[in-house]
Amino acid sequence: MPISRGFRGRGRRDDVDPGRIPPGQYLTGDFPVLSAGPTPHTPLSEWTFSIRGSVDDPVSWSWDEFRAFPSETVTRDIHCVTKWSKLNTVWTGVSVDTLLEGVETSAEYVLAFCDGGYTTNVPLEDVTGGRAWVAYGYDGEPLDPEHGGPARLLVPHLYFWKSAKWLRGLELRADDEAGFWETYGYHNYGDPWKEQRYAGD
Amino acid sequence: MVELLDETPRVRSVVLDPPDWGGHLAGQHVDVRLTAEDGYQAQRSYSIASAPEDEHLVLTVERLDDGEVSPYLVDELRPGDELELRGPIGGYFVWEASTGGPLLLVAGGSGVVPFRSMLRHRAAAGSDAPARLLYSSRSLDEVIYRDEWEGLGADVRFTLTREQPEGWTGYARRIDGELLAEVAWPPAERPLVYVCGPTVFVETAAEALVALGHDPARIKTERFGATGGR
Repeated sequence: MPISRGFRGRGRRDDVDPGRIPPGQYLTGDFPVLSAGPTPHTPLSEWTFSIRGSVDDPVSWSWDEFRAFPSETVTRDIHCVTKWSKLNTVWTGVSVDTLLEGVETSAEYVLAFCDGGYTTNVPLEDVTGGRAWVAYGYDGEPLDPEHGGPARLLVPHLYFWKSAKWLRGLELRADDEAGFWETYGYHNYGDPWKEQRYAGD
Repeated sequence: MVELLDETPRVRSVVLDPPDWGGHLAGQHVDVRLTAEDGYQAQRSYSIASAPEDEHLVLTVERLDDGEVSPYLVDELRPGDELELRGPIGGYFVWEASTGGPLLLVAGGSGVVPFRSMLRHRAAAGSDAPARLLYSSRSLDEVIYRDEWEGLGADVRFTLTREQPEGWTGYARRIDGELLAEVAWPPAERPLVYVCGPTVFVETAAEALVALGHDPARIKTERFGATGGR
């Protein structure tokens, strides 16, 4: 690799376990916002959460029904493809395992869909087995609209664009359909530890 | 690196001549990766300021005092140095002459960088799409590409939010619904809107545009947080 003349790197951290920072990432204490369009504001009275696609019986819950599911509070590190990572973020939400209980499907992929038309695709096995949540709380408070409230997907082991904001449901699919950023050149899977930022990584 | 241009006291343009550059679209960005002698690396994304038609690739970088990559690019890099680039990246926040208009660009601070690329591209391509830029800066000293805007053939309007020179006839307030209503085409004309700047700026402008009746699907945003480094 070429050396950048005169670059010493002031961002080195000796107070953090380097094993928690994926390659090419830097730590931030802020919570930067990135989105492709205006922040939607769907009233909770009109908000629903749907499981659809290749399922025997599609379901749709109101906000109150969704909130009645047992919740979990988890602490996770998150990694954005724009290079920032944030450690020990605290989220409250419903495990995707809980939402999919009793759902019969042969699907292998999920297309998460959102207010504003955003979508993102993940393999079903990446949002089950205690690896993903539909989060409505951040740091003990309701999730801010600019951070994806009322509810967003949380898939912390993948780059954070997979943790879709303003989530309205999951479409279970037999085939893998590329989501929004995935069609604009970002990696289809997005493992930060393999630095899968862009198509071809 | 070919040349370094002073734009404002905090902003410089880095003029590059990358070998085997395959071209880009106006609005795209690149990743810059720096490597220290011991192998330590840092990378950030920067918007491309040049048009696809321009001879050189230009990145315009604002120095963030607590940043890691931007102070190096602004203060340390010298002509002849090599820079590791990856890109172009991003296919959404782009404008091509074939996309048409009317084109409304709303910039806060260094969020104006991708819009320079778009407006230079529009001029070079001979596009007749109506284009308007509303550019918010703290003061005239902080306006980037100050001498260039007039020659681009677009309707460029400035607002200086903190300090105005004597005799200033432009806007002198923060961007809000009232100002956007005055500057933007009516929603019925369905302008294609791009908003770029710090997070709070983009949130405010995009929400005001939606409130004015603009179709959210025709508003594209790009934001950078307080940690910047974008």
